[in-house]
Amino acid sequence: MDEKEKLFNSGVLVAPRKGAVRPPEDLWRRKKNGLVIIECPQRIPCNPCHTSCPTGAVKPFKDINDQPEIDYEKCTGCANCVAVCPGLACFVVDLTWGDEDQALMKIPYEMLPIPSEGEIVECLDREGKAITRGKVIKVLEPLRDRTRVVHVEVPKSLVMEVRAIKVVKQS
Amino acid sequence: MIRVRQTEVLVIGGGPAGLSAALEAASLGCQVTLVDGDLALGGQLIKQTHKFFGSKVERAGTRGFKISEILLKELENHGDRVKVHINCTATGIYKEDGVVSCVIGEEEYFRIKPERIVMATGAQERLIPFPNNHLPGVYGAGAVQTLMNVYGVIPGKRVLMVGAGNIGLIVSYQLIQAGVEIAGIVEAMDKVGGYWVHAAKVRRLGVPIFLRHTIKEALGDRVVTGALIQEIDDRFQPVGREKKIDADIICMAVGLTPTCELLWQAGCEMIYVPQLCGHVALRDQFMRTSLPHVWVAGDAAGIEEATAAMVEGRIAGLDAARSLGKGDKEDLTERLEDLQKRLGDLRGGEVGQKICQGLACCSIQGWGA
Repeated sequence: MDEKEKLFNSGVLVAPRKGAVRPPEDLWRRKKNGLVIIECPQRIPCNPCHTSCPTGAVKPFKDINDQPEIDYEKCTGCANCVAVCPGLACFVVDLTWGDEDQALMKIPYEMLPIPSEGEIVECLDREGKAITRGKVIKVLEPLRDRTRVVHVEVPKSLVMEVRAIKVVKQS
Repeated sequence: MIRVRQTEVLVIGGGPAGLSAALEAASLGCQVTLVDGDLALGGQLIKQTHKFFGSKVERAGTRGFKISEILLKELENHGDRVKVHINCTATGIYKEDGVVSCVIGEEEYFRIKPERIVMATGAQERLIPFPNNHLPGVYGAGAVQTLMNVYGVIPGKRVLMVGAGNIGLIVSYQLIQAGVEIAGIVEAMDKVGGYWVHAAKVRRLGVPIFLRHTIKEALGDRVVTGALIQEIDDRFQPVGREKKIDADIICMAVGLTPTCELLWQAGCEMIYVPQLCGHVALRDQFMRTSLPHVWVAGDAAGIEEATAAMVEGRIAGLDAARSLGKGDKEDLTERLEDLQKRLGDLRGGEVGQKICQGLACCSIQGWGA
């Protein structure tokens, strides 16, 4: 077992694969409000990303264990799936947002404390390393079930790295 | 002489499977008695703060304790048809006359003679032996969840989790939510046993998962102050240098085994099935055991997860009621087929493969006349 496979087997995505694909570059660059990235590479019995999708962008499952497949033309970046996914495996990335080198990420968050708008938070990669800091733009609780969807501004170059945020203790 | 109480359906265990069985039996008009040894109904559901998987009909996306609240509300709607005893242990079942003995608390004792029984007794935690595992600070994952999520008490400051199945992963996540640090998760296999997405959730919060590692011993004089862990090879033999991990809690999440004492005592035909994590009763497609008046459901029928347990409970409850002549025959056939299909769907994933292998060893296609 090589190091990459070992890393994947511990829950870290190391390369795109079925159920964890990268959005098509062209569309992504111009799609206002962003496109979803789902990182759900294992067959498990779960389909709320599909049933909660208002536009049918997450395609119907033939078998409830299928990995999600996305029709990116239909994705509006609404982040319903970000809020509902029990695996916290959905993220929306809006490359049209803000300055040239910035992007907006919509990330699920179930920790305390809840960040406030305008606050600077640490942005963590898939192994929990703080790789940058980002400004919180919005904090929503779409389903009123305590899963927040945090909108955070991150450098465009890091959108395929950042997968969580951490509130920095105020001194 | 204590009067023997009567009931049409006795459900033993008020977790996800038992609650579901009681609900279905009551919905068909059965008089149901539900006993549970805990102080509240809901079983392990009441400690589950994460959102459940599955589909809409199984309430996917709803947190476990919320599902318990929904089931309890439904139970209330059945009013007197369901008699509930909490803090009540079924202590014995007697083959001679079919009587079940129960104790409420430590004082009140009663005997009950049910026409049908659904055994939904759940599971017990397994532990692995290692030096110093008697030290205060070594916990089972169930106890940690009870402390945190039922009583609001954090067990310690820094936890070493042993086992990366769904329980180990979920409890690690819950500990982080409660502000507790996770020093790491030790897993003997070369990949996490639980859902990959549960692992990804804790990894991105900085938790290391030590695959192919085992705990060698707990460290500490009077209480746990850490642990030694070590890599293991294909044959689970230790290799390489021991690593010292600082922690004040060692949390064991190394698996469950079905609670099956009453099934043995009742005289159900039992079989050891490793994939289902212990001894289980032979059962037909409706969860009926070799004894025509006894059904089994949930973890007691083989270790799986709560969503499947609820479906199994519904099947057992409906079929037990059907055997008493309740309900419309055609409607019941349809509902049972639908539930069986859902169960099959839930088991179609990577984790479900093992379950299906296990079920092949203990499933009977109908007990005959």
